[in-house]
Amino acid sequence: MKKLMKFKLKIWRQKNREERGNFKTYQVYNVSPDSSFLEMLDLLNNHIICQKKDSSTISFDHDCREGICGMCSLYINGRAHGPDNLITTCQLHMRHFHDGETIYVEPWRATPFPIIKDLIVDRSSFDRIIISGGYISVNTFGKTIDGNMIPIHKEQADKAFDAATCIGCGACVAACKNRSAMLFVSAKVSQFALLPQGKIERKKRVMNMIKKMDEEGFGSCTNTRACEVECPKGISTEHISFMNREYIQSFTAT
Amino acid sequence: MKDILNFNSKIPVSSLPNKWKDHKSTLKLVSPNNRSKIEIIVVGTGLAGASASTSLSELGYRVKAFCYQDSPRRAHSVAAQGGINASKNYKGDNDSVYKLFYDTIKGGDYRSREANVYRLAEISSNIIDQCVAQGVPFARDYAGYLETRSFGGTKVSRTFYAKGQTGQQLLLACYSSMSRQIKIGRVKMYNRHEMLDLVVVDGVAKGIIARNLISGEIERHAAHAIVIASGGYGNIFFLSTNAMGANASAIWKVHKKGGLFANPCYTQIHPTCIPVHGNYQSKLTLMSESLRNDGRIWVPNKLEDVIFIRNGSKKPKEINEENRDYYLERRYPSFGNLVPRDVASRAAKERCDKGFGIENNETKEGVFLDFSFSIEKYGKEKANELGIQEPSSLDKQKLGEEIMESKYGNLFHMYEKITNDNPYKTPMKIYPAVHYTMGGLWVDYNLMSSIPGCYIIGEANFSDHGANRLGASALMQGLADGYFILPYTIADYLSECITEKMSTKHIAFQLSEENVKNRIQKLIQNNGNMSVDFFHKKLGNIMWKYVGMSRNHVGLYKAIKAIQELRYEFWKNVFIPGNIDDGLNSELEKAGRVADFLELGELMAMDALKRNESCGSHFREEYKTKEGEALRDDVRYKHVSIWEHRKNHLISDEIMHKEDLNYTFIKVQPRSYK
Repeated sequence: MKKLMKFKLKIWRQKNREERGNFKTYQVYNVSPDSSFLEMLDLLNNHIICQKKDSSTISFDHDCREGICGMCSLYINGRAHGPDNLITTCQLHMRHFHDGETIYVEPWRATPFPIIKDLIVDRSSFDRIIISGGYISVNTFGKTIDGNMIPIHKEQADKAFDAATCIGCGACVAACKNRSAMLFVSAKVSQFALLPQGKIERKKRVMNMIKKMDEEGFGSCTNTRACEVECPKGISTEHISFMNREYIQSFTAT
Repeated sequence: MKDILNFNSKIPVSSLPNKWKDHKSTLKLVSPNNRSKIEIIVVGTGLAGASASTSLSELGYRVKAFCYQDSPRRAHSVAAQGGINASKNYKGDNDSVYKLFYDTIKGGDYRSREANVYRLAEISSNIIDQCVAQGVPFARDYAGYLETRSFGGTKVSRTFYAKGQTGQQLLLACYSSMSRQIKIGRVKMYNRHEMLDLVVVDGVAKGIIARNLISGEIERHAAHAIVIASGGYGNIFFLSTNAMGANASAIWKVHKKGGLFANPCYTQIHPTCIPVHGNYQSKLTLMSESLRNDGRIWVPNKLEDVIFIRNGSKKPKEINEENRDYYLERRYPSFGNLVPRDVASRAAKERCDKGFGIENNETKEGVFLDFSFSIEKYGKEKANELGIQEPSSLDKQKLGEEIMESKYGNLFHMYEKITNDNPYKTPMKIYPAVHYTMGGLWVDYNLMSSIPGCYIIGEANFSDHGANRLGASALMQGLADGYFILPYTIADYLSECITEKMSTKHIAFQLSEENVKNRIQKLIQNNGNMSVDFFHKKLGNIMWKYVGMSRNHVGLYKAIKAIQELRYEFWKNVFIPGNIDDGLNSELEKAGRVADFLELGELMAMDALKRNESCGSHFREEYKTKEGEALRDDVRYKHVSIWEHRKNHLISDEIMHKEDLNYTFIKVQPRSYK
């Protein structure tokens, strides 16, 4: 049996969007180093319920708990998804912390991601960016040509796939000092621009998505590449350069 | 009690290959100018729900889509890893619609509907073409054509994939297409909403009661038809590969309003999950079945080696070939490591029950999934390709690892993060876990439940998988139902009701809403002492122990009694912090779902108790062959068991009916993978 750990947690509590929030201190004991960060929060919530002192448990977003749905968030000790690279919060394990350590837990901080409650923020601005044009306008109910009639260079397909792995968690925005959503938007722009199917609408797509991103209040990119460092899927800032080229080209005649 | 109702499953009478085609020609249509007057509610936005929402709105209907997550892109279909089947025969290995149909029926242990499965196999090719057109970055070979791989239960290579993230790519494609419809205004999306009741007026589904999970408001929504695409109920086991929020509430509410529930006991146990570590654990993580293409499964064949492995004094690599038991290859030489999931799961349990499990914790479960052979093989081939003469073992390892990375990179990464072990260097440890539920609401060939106007698609229905599901067939069913089947069949129903929409002021809405509110009030005012998770974990333990990988008569009786007691205890002693007007309250959300699981669990055990045979994932210990394989009883149990809830009665008073399964096209025979 591995030695169980204890932690002091400073957690951001905020009742709703309107009311002011503040840090509250909690102690949590008997944490297995093999448990995930969210499992540690489950344990703490269970204490809160059993002690009946707080009027509510700590609210945080989570769902698949295997690093792919993109629902979990959390700023942990000043880093999006905590102190390890290429992972989401649900994949962060307590073995990465020292016994007795004080851990700060905050929600994503960005104006386009307003707080709903405690550690939960509203990321529907990301949905609205996709709605503005993050798709290929093919109808799904009907006939298309055989998949092999559109051959795609393997390297090209792999590159499109790498861009497509974005999980929309918002860590890029939270990590950016300008609250820029360029990594998220550029990943989608790249995925489609790299594929022959997506080339037809590429100009319209990049224009609409960038316009929407600005309207939602995301900042601009100043190439500090913090987004790349914190992206759980390792999406490269190369896509931002790619998107910028696409954007400029969208103004030129075909 | 009568056993057989006259179930009108509406299966067309034509020959099997013509059934769907002929049936489509008889389905009634809704004219395009009437479609915009029709509203359809879709509950759930996974592959089935999102594809249905998209196709329906493209046809011109107005859709209201609901999901409990913050965005439709988070539905748990996103976590599917390995791939999606289609009988395209691109590899020229003699695949065909018939072969895919046959493998699926056989894989389901002859307990699925022949006509539905054939239609699924037929549509499979369309799905791939459609997804390519939508920009899904499927894996490609060097010539630029679509790449495939193999899955359990088949001898051909028909699984299309996007690394280990196929579900994600397919779901994001649906979500994007749905987003286009949201922009046009034909789909209205209700994020962070949960369906809490089905509203039935004069026996016909007319709307739902939903809770806005942020404000806590209870809302009424009326529509001309309701589509439930809320997925399966595997989370009843607490530890499963499902997302934490995945729940059975929507289908359970439909059941309690008269929707018949079919084959509730069929739960698939997936053989390749990361083993349970400790009692703090909240869920289990799946490692795609596709890994079995390149992994060999083994345990030591000497008990002393097992002890050394457990206490760490021997590394897996130090166990010689002759001291390893590649038990799948030994028992099933013809399919080897690619036997179907139920067979592989039981074989792992058999070894661990005999004391050969390798995990060093109280469970002592777990077997090895070893990639060293493939890394070596691929390394050698790559070295040849690069013209490296006599490559060193380090070279081969490095080149081999690169190939593995390109095929399964994210899975290896995920495994390492969770376990702190590097699977490129040492075998993965795996053990079976609850994954997918083949049971669900009963539907006819048109995917309509026994309540007119209420359709059930994807994992939420029962029809296509039988007692067991082969890999890469869930994505196929979700998309087939949503993109290509429902949009045809629902028109047949809607053509009759282009009349005005039901008003949400109707008394049925009012009563439903009151019921929902009373239940919430009851939960939140219950001043007990235990958390919802406490009850959920207890339920999970009962289910896993008695209604899990193997079941027996005595155990199932015990389970039924234990669940009844636990349910009583839950309503007496559960505690949910907060007030009704607080709005967002995750404990309250969980409580409602667990309350439903506490009823469904009893029905699952009842169903398992009634089925005195072993088939697919339903393994009754009393019914097995001398070699320990599942023993079906086709004479007495070649049917779907269908449960009817009686209003204001207990679960134990539910009535079971049967739908006989007729196989006209294939010969029902014992399932062997030897």
